Amino acid sequence: MASVTPDNRGLRLATRYAVLILVAIIFVFPLLFMVMSSLKPSAQLLLDTKSLRAFLPVGDLSFDNYTAAFDRAPIGVFVFNSVLVTGLTVVLTLFVCSLAGFAFVFLEWTGKTIIFSILLATLIIPYETIFIPLLLMASQLPWIGAGGFEIGWLNTYRVQIIPFIADALTIFLFVQYFKDLPRELIEASRVEGASWWTIYRRVVMPLSGPVIATAAILKFLFMYNQYLWPLMVVQEEAIRPVMVGLGYFTDQLNVPWGEVMAYLTIITVPVLAFYLSLQRVFIASVASTGVKG
Amino acid sequence: MASKLTQSNRAGWLFAAPGVALMTLFIILPFFLAFAFSLTNQRLASPNPTEYVGFENYSDLLGLAIFTLEPERDEGGEVLRDDDGEIEYPRLRNFTRNNPDYPNLQGKREWFSWQSGENRTVILASDVVFMKALINTFTFVLFVAPIQAGFALCLALLINQKLRGINIFRTVFFMPVVVSIVVVSLLWQFIYSPGDGLLNNVLSGLTFGLWEPRDWLGNTATALPSIMAMSIWQGVGFHMVIWLSGLQTISPTLYEAAEIEGSNKWQTFRYVTWPGLRNTAVLILIVITMQAFALFAQIDVMTSGGPLDSTQVLVFQAVERGYGKQDISGGSTISVILFVIVLIISLIQRYLTRER
Repeated sequence: MASVTPDNRGLRLATRYAVLILVAIIFVFPLLFMVMSSLKPSAQLLLDTKSLRAFLPVGDLSFDNYTAAFDRAPIGVFVFNSVLVTGLTVVLTLFVCSLAGFAFVFLEWTGKTIIFSILLATLIIPYETIFIPLLLMASQLPWIGAGGFEIGWLNTYRVQIIPFIADALTIFLFVQYFKDLPRELIEASRVEGASWWTIYRRVVMPLSGPVIATAAILKFLFMYNQYLWPLMVVQEEAIRPVMVGLGYFTDQLNVPWGEVMAYLTIITVPVLAFYLSLQRVFIASVASTGVKG
Repeated sequence: MASKLTQSNRAGWLFAAPGVALMTLFIILPFFLAFAFSLTNQRLASPNPTEYVGFENYSDLLGLAIFTLEPERDEGGEVLRDDDGEIEYPRLRNFTRNNPDYPNLQGKREWFSWQSGENRTVILASDVVFMKALINTFTFVLFVAPIQAGFALCLALLINQKLRGINIFRTVFFMPVVVSIVVVSLLWQFIYSPGDGLLNNVLSGLTFGLWEPRDWLGNTATALPSIMAMSIWQGVGFHMVIWLSGLQTISPTLYEAAEIEGSNKWQTFRYVTWPGLRNTAVLILIVITMQAFALFAQIDVMTSGGPLDSTQVLVFQAVERGYGKQDISGGSTISVILFVIVLIISLIQRYLTRER
């Protein structure tokens, strides 16, 4: 058996870290480049790509790109819209899908098994394959709002929110989690005469922190990053979300790259910060989508 | 046996109703509508009533014909050649435009052709752009699915080591996953800039100036591969995490046993790790395949299908029709084709990787 000398081990350890660092550079540097570029005037920006300066905060740094970006597009409005649409959808999703999960795990009712199988089967349908018929539906669905009865959901907040409240994956996550909760707890509350609503609200949901976090994070990422759907159904500036707002910068003859980088930084860094502060939960969320096999 | 305590039809229906209703209305109904619309001439808004057209939309997209052009000959039967010595053929449009002898070629255009002896065999398609989109989408999936799954497994194995600070690397590798693909596309469009773009400069620096700058997205040979590379960069962390959770379900005692048996690293991977990852592998391949087939944002942001349709893909075509041209039936037809492909491929993957 070959003896492992301390030197040998040190070398192996160094190699391992070298590989890890090299890979890390590939993932970090483009994002670093984005943030650094957003702080540089366009002329310097292009010049800096010739050297490592591209990744460093050096030279003539300012927030000029940011003020110019705010002048070009109503960024505040876009951010507000994205936060509103994402936030509302996440809250409604958690409510609707946890209720459904509760019904599938704790209650016995006619049709439960068949309905659950049908919902589960929709996991194979990519959203991209239903957006076109959904677009036609959205143009013709009725609504009763403040202005009375109306036809058409295009150019509204509701068309960005309501179709995405219920989805198979979220219901499935709740079902998986609820199955592992101790059933005696629910039965005991039932014996004491608690209503199903009380059990849902007072017993089950308070125990469901982890799955709520998982479902919330997955929905948050999906909604905040949506692009194709709002591109088709939202034409009005006042309700446009951030991803579609990029058009203000790219539909130019000469794309103002400094401003683009500023805008990308504005809409990305808060999400990255959120991720970094909760990275364990984020990664656990994605990992939990892997249990469905 | 169902417990008496949980027997509650009314509560059950009431609790499930909002979710079931929303999914029926916004997922299941449009799914079936896609099939229905694909058999009509439905438009987003039209004064004319919608009509049933049978499989016309499908043949307009998928119609193919093979046709052999025979060379032009003079009276003596000699093949005519042009000034460069190339064989002269009759013009294809004589057959594809209002030629009563060739109804199956009507309206079709040349997709590609090859020489066979003196004859020239031409493959004609009803919709050449759609055919290119179909091929490009398959190319994208065939490259991205195995490469991304492979890289993700390598990263997961790297992260699964017991090293100080390994969590920092896990956090970093996962980082692009939380960044929107739209943001990533625009950022990389800048990185891929021709001439003095960042990637050209980095490659030039690494090769001490030997690198010839390229127009990554402006060249038909490199546009799709560039988008593939970027997509893998963005998505690989996601699948790394799924591999990782698969790796962590493998019992440590198996590794200890392998060590006692004196197996080397490759043997340990081959006979302990890989068999334990079987289910994870199926899941990852299906998930990546589905995601790859849905490719849209990268194309819309970076190339709009160009140059010369070299990055046309199915979802982009569906959107261009259904939304751009307001042709709901055409867009729905592409959606149905896409869905059928995704379904068949995941069934095949499940079958090939089934438990034996």
